[in-house]
Amino acid sequence: MSARPPADASPDLLYSDTEDDLRAAVRSLLTDRADVSAALARAESGDPYDTGLWTSLAAGIGAAGLLVPQELGGQGASHREAAVVLEELGRGVTAAPYLTSSVVATETLLGCDPGNAAHTDIAGLLTALATGHRVAVLALPLTTAPDAKLPVGGPGVTGVADAVRADVLLVLREDGLYAVETASPGVTVDPLTPLDLTRPLADVTVEEPAGLRIAAPPVAEAAVRRGLLAGAGLLASEQLGLAEWCLEETVRHTRARHQFNRPVGSFQALKHRMAQLWLEVVSARAAARNAADALAAGSPEAPLAVALAQAYCGRVAVHAAEECVQLLGGIGMTWEHPAHLALKRAKSDELALGSPGRHKETLSALVGLPGPE
Amino acid sequence: MTALDGAGLRSRVRRLLADHPPATTDRDDFLKARFDAGLAWVHYPPGLGGLDAPRSLQAVVDAELAAAGAPDNDPRRIGIGLGMAAPTILRFGTPEQKERFLRPLWTGEEVWCQLFSEPGAGSDLAALATRAVRDESSGDWIVNGQKVWTSSAHLARWAILIARTDPDVPKHRGISYFLCDMTDPGVEVRPLRQITGEAEFNEVFLTDVRIPDAHRLGEIGEGWKIAQTTLMNERVSIGGARLPREGGMIGPVARAWRERPELRTRDLHGRLLTLWVEAEVTRLTGERLRQRLAQGQPGPEGSGIKLAFARLNQEISGLEVELLGEEGLLYSDWTLRRPELVDFTGRDAGYRYLRAKGNSIEGGTSEVLLNIVAERVLGLPAEPRTDKDVAWKDLAR
Repeated sequence: MSARPPADASPDLLYSDTEDDLRAAVRSLLTDRADVSAALARAESGDPYDTGLWTSLAAGIGAAGLLVPQELGGQGASHREAAVVLEELGRGVTAAPYLTSSVVATETLLGCDPGNAAHTDIAGLLTALATGHRVAVLALPLTTAPDAKLPVGGPGVTGVADAVRADVLLVLREDGLYAVETASPGVTVDPLTPLDLTRPLADVTVEEPAGLRIAAPPVAEAAVRRGLLAGAGLLASEQLGLAEWCLEETVRHTRARHQFNRPVGSFQALKHRMAQLWLEVVSARAAARNAADALAAGSPEAPLAVALAQAYCGRVAVHAAEECVQLLGGIGMTWEHPAHLALKRAKSDELALGSPGRHKETLSALVGLPGPE
Repeated sequence: MTALDGAGLRSRVRRLLADHPPATTDRDDFLKARFDAGLAWVHYPPGLGGLDAPRSLQAVVDAELAAAGAPDNDPRRIGIGLGMAAPTILRFGTPEQKERFLRPLWTGEEVWCQLFSEPGAGSDLAALATRAVRDESSGDWIVNGQKVWTSSAHLARWAILIARTDPDVPKHRGISYFLCDMTDPGVEVRPLRQITGEAEFNEVFLTDVRIPDAHRLGEIGEGWKIAQTTLMNERVSIGGARLPREGGMIGPVARAWRERPELRTRDLHGRLLTLWVEAEVTRLTGERLRQRLAQGQPGPEGSGIKLAFARLNQEISGLEVELLGEEGLLYSDWTLRRPELVDFTGRDAGYRYLRAKGNSIEGGTSEVLLNIVAERVLGLPAEPRTDKDVAWKDLAR
């Protein structure tokens, strides 16, 4: 039986001036390129990505390289800044391989000792990811939690996010982690029809011996878990941004929409629901910042902070999107209003990198509150 | 006076300790000396217990004095005076009122209570019916009415009181604010027994209570605006305590869970984890609010924290009673008692469960706070109102 967990040292839960500036730059870019009907058309085509937006975000603003050290061509920033980018991408329900490539794959590669002179391939790939010239994804199902049993062995993996956009796949095999060019022989990427059209999923098959081994087994698994932990922690910021947009859109609509000769937002029955949602968003912000700060600090409490954020923020994003659809009335059920994109992203995000229930089980062990028997 | 920093304050603390060694100084004398040295609440003005120093430096003074073994003013016992009466008197009082009241308030020599809520005026406090009528010959105010939910009334020497001075104008405009002497023969205090069995609060009956005009705070008819200062400070103090992890209501249930594995079920486990997550996230939300305040960016999270704690305290204590099984059917003691201090997590699970029911009522009901968040934070339109431009005497009661 574990003892009571200690109170953590005070995390920095605020946003720095630099982080505010970064947010303003990303928001301005996303606002300039926001075009709901164009985004819907792209999504239905199976290729939801806006190439120009990715170039501006990754290379122009430098967002893709936030986690990569400067000597490898990145910004040498931290998870706190990457979290702010994800908040904005969540607000816009933007289709971009940021979480998968710039966070999960990048963090995985950083766990493969890229500073070692013998590892020039890893360093080279990190540099290419940091500038956004190339995109890499970890070939695991999007639902994989950081502490899940990792599938190794068979050539096929189902439900890999952003694989259709990837130049490189990171493939975990029994004898280590491999970097595989998507274009190389023996690799097939079969697109699936995803619930969330803005984050394409695919079945990936990689026949051996394709690829280059970049880490041996013990390092490989630790690196993959490190990538998944960072991904899960920063996904909370995407969920926060999503929830925030849903609340703002709901407030905007209910202030303007009149029924019974008054704005529908003046009815207490609706106001209380939005106020409750506001409280959840404020709380999600504290949880998401706490996770980003713990990851940035390399804190031993990071697994707890990440599990806490994931146990909380996923539900908040789904609740916000569901309330948005309901309080928008009939408009929320239409294809032309983007509320459905937010709902589909929120529901998919709830399953991504471990469901809230899965993260609560993780917490149960971390804080010493075991189940019966 | 030059700006004070931590070092300057420390040297003042050392001088106070040298002149009045705590080991050999009477507690009251020490507290008075501390007040006179400007080390009571350093952000207050000089002469009124402060030094016009930044509020954040109070922690420096408190730590130095605690380390030296100096007595404190037992802030939990005089919370209403410190948290509500003092900031209001400081902001709206005359020089004579500040001079007379703040020092014994801070030292705890004079306990304060708050006479606001009435049986007919809870959420709609501005509808209050306690009347204050001017006695033209003496200029005094004669007060009649009934107040309720008054903690510390049986211990208090003074009260902050709001009463109606003009029934012919709309309700918010006809209220004035007074400092009421609780030893006046017209003041009767009766314990108000609550669902926990004890009487933490009182009913206060006011019959021809005489208040000199010198004890009116602020202008006639300005009482509602002044009361907003008091109430804002109340909500800050309700939501403002800093907690360690598992420091609140979740603590006792987590301990019971760890120590008594035989009580665990799958259903309770799932619900406990959900509540643990919410309690920890709410604790971090409070921490974030404090970090914003420290940077001088007061956020609207304060009203949210109180809402969150009210719901969590109720759900967590309900789960604890359920977890305890047969023991959950028992209660420590129903004897009518009048506690001087209130501890939401004190006593047993049944007490916690029952006392927590008040958390969503006291200091603004959760329903009213949700309206406040919706209208002031989210900018949603107010409900249509039928009471705004109607004279108080014409309102339905």
